Amino acid sequence: MKGKERKKAVSKKKVFAISRLALATIVAAFFAILFLMPIILTITNSFMSSSEISSNYGSVFAVNSNGGKVYISEKVNLKFVPDMVSFSQYITVLFKSPKYLYKFWNSVILVGPIVVFQLLVASLASYGFARYRGRIREIIFFAYIILMQMPYQVTLVPNYLVSDWLNLLDTYWAIWLPGIFSPFTVFLLTKFMRRIPTSVIEAAQIDGAGEWQIYKRICMPLCKGAICSAAILVFIDYWNMVEQPLILLSDAETHPLSVFLSKINAGEIGLAFAVATIYMVPSLLIFLYGEDYLVNGITYQGGIKG
Amino acid sequence: MNRKFGKTGKTGKTTELKKLNKAETPEKMRIKTTRRTRKLKVSSGAFIAPSLLGVLLFFILPFIVIIWYSMVDNPISANFVFLDNFKSIVANPAFQRAVRNTFMFSVVSVPLAVVLSLILAIVLESKIPFKSQFRTFFLSPLMVPVASIVLIWQVLFHYNGAVNEILGRFGTDKIDWMKSEYALAVVAILFLWKNLGYNMILFMAALASIPKDILEVATLESATPFQTFFHIKIRYLSSTLLFVTIMSLISSFKIFREVYLLTGDYPTDTVYMLQHFMNNKFRNLDYQTLSAAAILMCLVIIVIIGVLFIVEDRFGKDVEG
Repeated sequence: MKGKERKKAVSKKKVFAISRLALATIVAAFFAILFLMPIILTITNSFMSSSEISSNYGSVFAVNSNGGKVYISEKVNLKFVPDMVSFSQYITVLFKSPKYLYKFWNSVILVGPIVVFQLLVASLASYGFARYRGRIREIIFFAYIILMQMPYQVTLVPNYLVSDWLNLLDTYWAIWLPGIFSPFTVFLLTKFMRRIPTSVIEAAQIDGAGEWQIYKRICMPLCKGAICSAAILVFIDYWNMVEQPLILLSDAETHPLSVFLSKINAGEIGLAFAVATIYMVPSLLIFLYGEDYLVNGITYQGGIKG
Repeated sequence: MNRKFGKTGKTGKTTELKKLNKAETPEKMRIKTTRRTRKLKVSSGAFIAPSLLGVLLFFILPFIVIIWYSMVDNPISANFVFLDNFKSIVANPAFQRAVRNTFMFSVVSVPLAVVLSLILAIVLESKIPFKSQFRTFFLSPLMVPVASIVLIWQVLFHYNGAVNEILGRFGTDKIDWMKSEYALAVVAILFLWKNLGYNMILFMAALASIPKDILEVATLESATPFQTFFHIKIRYLSSTLLFVTIMSLISSFKIFREVYLLTGDYPTDTVYMLQHFMNNKFRNLDYQTLSAAAILMCLVIIVIIGVLFIVEDRFGKDVEG
């Protein structure tokens, strides 16, 4: 009797556990679809020919003589699979109209140096912060943390002023320099470097290594993972930038693709999908190779007090 | 370093100490360590120098100038007016609207950002199949530039867009989402889409750090999953909850990029954000208003971070105790 009851209870529990798992899977699948849909739609739509695009989205993006948007038909046809896979949009973007590739190149030129030099400057500084902890240094570090959290509404005003004084406005230096000295990665790398056991560093000292050699030969190799994480986070941040070029670069020709994409003429909506896809590719590739680094980087950022 | 040690100004003292062989060592050690620390201080300080110089030049120094700008009538004649700029900016209807909209946006999106990402983290913590694939899926929006997917948002939320199409089947009237009072909701959806993955990772890390034995005891005591969650996990998550809330709050203040990419320079009133206000002032080179706005914003952020630090101190103790 008792055994039977227990069995019943166990099976009840089992049913409960299984239904919970099923619910969790359904929730996960639901969100996964929501999260992936925009990305997949953008990619698949980039393989539609321009006539298919205009018949699908004519009602949304049709063009009148002024280049504005008017509505011609009543229905929009959101489709996942193109009727016929066509590379015509890509051919236009890559070979026929160089302005898109030019903007893409602008993005690369803007982001590349920031990632490389911010990591260099920040890794040096974090070594300094991790190697010795004094009162003054703690205050400076705290200031860095505060600065790191400041939104663009705050930091762009100082950036603009300095660029104005140094005559850097409308040049890439106006974006490069504040980007390179941004305290964003200092925090992350310092947190990581403080975990390196002092015994390792002391051993190097006994072997006669100077500070520079400890930094270069010991700290950097040990921090490889953290540096990759930081690089990915910096890359996402700047590849996605909109605010800085809008204010610091008045010439639209020099804008990166992230800003330019929003200004693509309504008549070229098919091209826009292809350009958007091309713009995603570098970040998606980095993501596929470095997902774990990204996750670690975010985890390290958590808990500001560290 | 050892060789140099004898040459300090304290030679007399050291020779004296040499007589008392045992007392020599600690004194020597003390001097040696202070010297070494001083050397370490200077040499490691040199590593900080490039970054510090850059930060001073590009952030701190101009910020001090901004504080001054915010208190003068204009940078050229520079008459000191103290708080007049702040008063006029607070009275400015455009600024008020921007603050109200930004605040509304935070109220809508921050709780959702916290709760939904916690749900995702819990879902991923359970034993569902294809766990790592799901994590990849949830994280992917983080990597995709917003500019790349706004097109889809436009297709979805246009007057003739897909959402109206679907809602129309249930008999709802068509609206132009980005020009309606729901524009803020559309932006919030984009914001959540982009940021949930980030918060989820923070929660997953926190969930993973909960000691397993406590959870095992709870299972042995036949606690239901809900009980374990609300009585045990929440306590361990409290500091992460606070951190995620505050970070989401700060990133909700930054909302502009999404609005700009969706609507351009001139959005509808409901999604007119602080950065729009600032951009207009940049265009007119209205330095004193810009400075005052930046300083107000800065103060708000400092207060929020201060709250984070103070409360986390208490909550941290709560979990340990």
